[in-house]
Amino acid sequence: MYRETQILEESPLKEAADGFLIINVGPQHPATHGVLHLVITLNGETIIKVEPHLGFIHRSIEKMCESLSYRQFIYVTSRMDYLSAHINNHACALCVEQGLQVEIPDRAKVIRVLMDELTRIASHELWWGAMAMDLGAFTPFFHAFRERETINDIMEETCGARLTMNYMVPGGVMADIHPNFQKRVKDFIQLYKTKVHEYDEMVTGNVIFQSRMKNVGYLSAEDAISYGCTGPVARGSGVICDIRRLYPYEVYDKLEFEEITEPGGDAFARYMVRIREMNQSIRIIEQLIDNIPEGEFQAKTKAVLKLPRGEFYSRVETARGELGVYIVSEGATTPYRIKFRSPGFSNLSALDHMVRGGKIGDLIAAMGTLDLVIPDIDR
Amino acid sequence: MTEQTNTKESFPGEIHDVPGGGVVLSKLDDIINWARSNSLWPLTFATSCCGIEMMSTASAKYDFSRFGFEVARATPRQADVIIIAGTIVNKMAPVLKRLYDQMADPKYVIAMGACAISGGPFFYNTYSVVKGADHVIPVDVYVAGCPPRPEALLHALISLQKKIRAGLTREQIRSEKDK
Amino acid sequence: MTNEELKIKISELIPSASYEPDGPNGWVNVNIDPSEWRYLSQQLRHQEQLQFDFLFCLTCVDWKSHLTMVYHFRSTSFRQELVVRAKLDRTNPEIHSASDIWRTAEFHEREVYEMFGVNFINHPDLRLLILPDGWEGKFPMRKDFEDPVNMIKL
Repeated sequence: MYRETQILEESPLKEAADGFLIINVGPQHPATHGVLHLVITLNGETIIKVEPHLGFIHRSIEKMCESLSYRQFIYVTSRMDYLSAHINNHACALCVEQGLQVEIPDRAKVIRVLMDELTRIASHELWWGAMAMDLGAFTPFFHAFRERETINDIMEETCGARLTMNYMVPGGVMADIHPNFQKRVKDFIQLYKTKVHEYDEMVTGNVIFQSRMKNVGYLSAEDAISYGCTGPVARGSGVICDIRRLYPYEVYDKLEFEEITEPGGDAFARYMVRIREMNQSIRIIEQLIDNIPEGEFQAKTKAVLKLPRGEFYSRVETARGELGVYIVSEGATTPYRIKFRSPGFSNLSALDHMVRGGKIGDLIAAMGTLDLVIPDIDR
Repeated sequence: MTEQTNTKESFPGEIHDVPGGGVVLSKLDDIINWARSNSLWPLTFATSCCGIEMMSTASAKYDFSRFGFEVARATPRQADVIIIAGTIVNKMAPVLKRLYDQMADPKYVIAMGACAISGGPFFYNTYSVVKGADHVIPVDVYVAGCPPRPEALLHALISLQKKIRAGLTREQIRSEKDK
Repeated sequence: MTNEELKIKISELIPSASYEPDGPNGWVNVNIDPSEWRYLSQQLRHQEQLQFDFLFCLTCVDWKSHLTMVYHFRSTSFRQELVVRAKLDRTNPEIHSASDIWRTAEFHEREVYEMFGVNFINHPDLRLLILPDGWEGKFPMRKDFEDPVNMIKL
């Protein structure tokens, strides 16, 4: 069951392989990343090679979507990267709309962006809490969930569910926002601004935390591009790759926000990118929350959707990186082939490169900053 | 579930007042079940989305440590209840079986979410999903939802506690038969 | 550079390349023969005017008579995208690996190998990535995959 790997033959170190210890991390482990099985070859406590074994949550989503209609497959994707569920649904809806050539009303665009940014904040909050818990600090977990629960309540009032909110449809959103939505979001922004200093005091400014994260897990910019890393992992190495800035969709080209990059390349730089991204998301929400245009929340589309023959690709910026949805259509009511280019798949391939020569504590810190969600990788 | 057992009182037993204090009369089985039900330690086993709702139940708003589930152990040797939160696939099923075997008796199982009950949204046209965690290990409580709300999970935990006190879990029925 | 210049440049490198109409995103679609993939991949990465350094999607589509490999590239310096397709024979699908040029291809090609059965020449470590042991040779994403034990048809 735990397959013997062939590391010892193909290892770059050709000396005697005795003295090397092979240990397993996972598939069931207390960090909240999901089911990831790492086989680590150690020399004492120094890591020689890390090999991820995937597939413990492979639910064959791509094969399943070939028998679901264009309206149905969107909601399976919110189970893929469940922490940015809205953003996943958004990517699929954009791809279907690209095929249908339908124009979305402005109100729907603004509501979609608001939901996306709230989801991004909620995802980064959970990442922050879980990352601190991995490194041994249990208290920030509860602080992070306090904010996250506020966002979940806002979502629940409008969308009906807390975690897998099936809210986006091709053509707009499923229902109009609740009358309380604007007031509750403004209250949340006030709450966030009073609490954000706690994050710096508890974790970011902590001496132990900084010495565990600085100069750990270094990834250079060329390596980040070569390994296909996107999102905060690449931006922490100085690569400019925010899809919201480079290839804007919905109303992102009219908004004022900064793309955060850090030149450091180590785990602390990736951490600071995410913390600052939360502040930028608050900025975006502040610009939009008072200016939601009136109008329809859904464009008129047929009940049974049929995309014309061809291939369509759409991409969005999830909390983890670039999610791409590639649909090959033959003109039927179900897609012929769907491929989800998930951000975690490429980010994980850089893990081996990042932690060679470090210690196991460095592996946990570096893996925390990659922000992996394993169902996203295994699909 | 029948009403024959002491699920309504806080402590199972009869209190007799005698001069100088009180005497409690009870069955040892009832006291042991009461103690076990109030201190179940869950195993952190979260495969996918339901795991996040389990974490929400553990955090401050819907705290489950007030029911005794305070210490979530990562190792199965020290855990009492395994909450299967998430989909079980063919590759993970032997791992789940191994974890269940490593847990010490008495142990209980809660199947949380549609995927663990019956395969959930991944029932049709998938080649790799186990259609229900009870194909692998015996389950005591099923919680419906995709994902179930934290209140639903708390209801499931309370039902498990009631089941233990009533002596109706699979564990207890099996040990009754063995006697 | 514009789409037209890109097409001229690629035709200089691979005279037998054919083009499909630009997709809805405005990306250039090139069809090549699998034997020319090795040369083209090196040129795409290292040539001064091309510099396609970001491979962001590598996948395979099963048309019932043949398989098609699809590669999506982006150039971070020129902000240009390119889509390359190569038709493979269904009975013996083989193509050269791109994992020494773009490191991200290592994992993606392993996944295509286990799902479709495409053999990547010179791949450093071609084995199953996501499927459990014992699924070599089954290629689940192919259209003729039948599994009456596990799959329950709707």
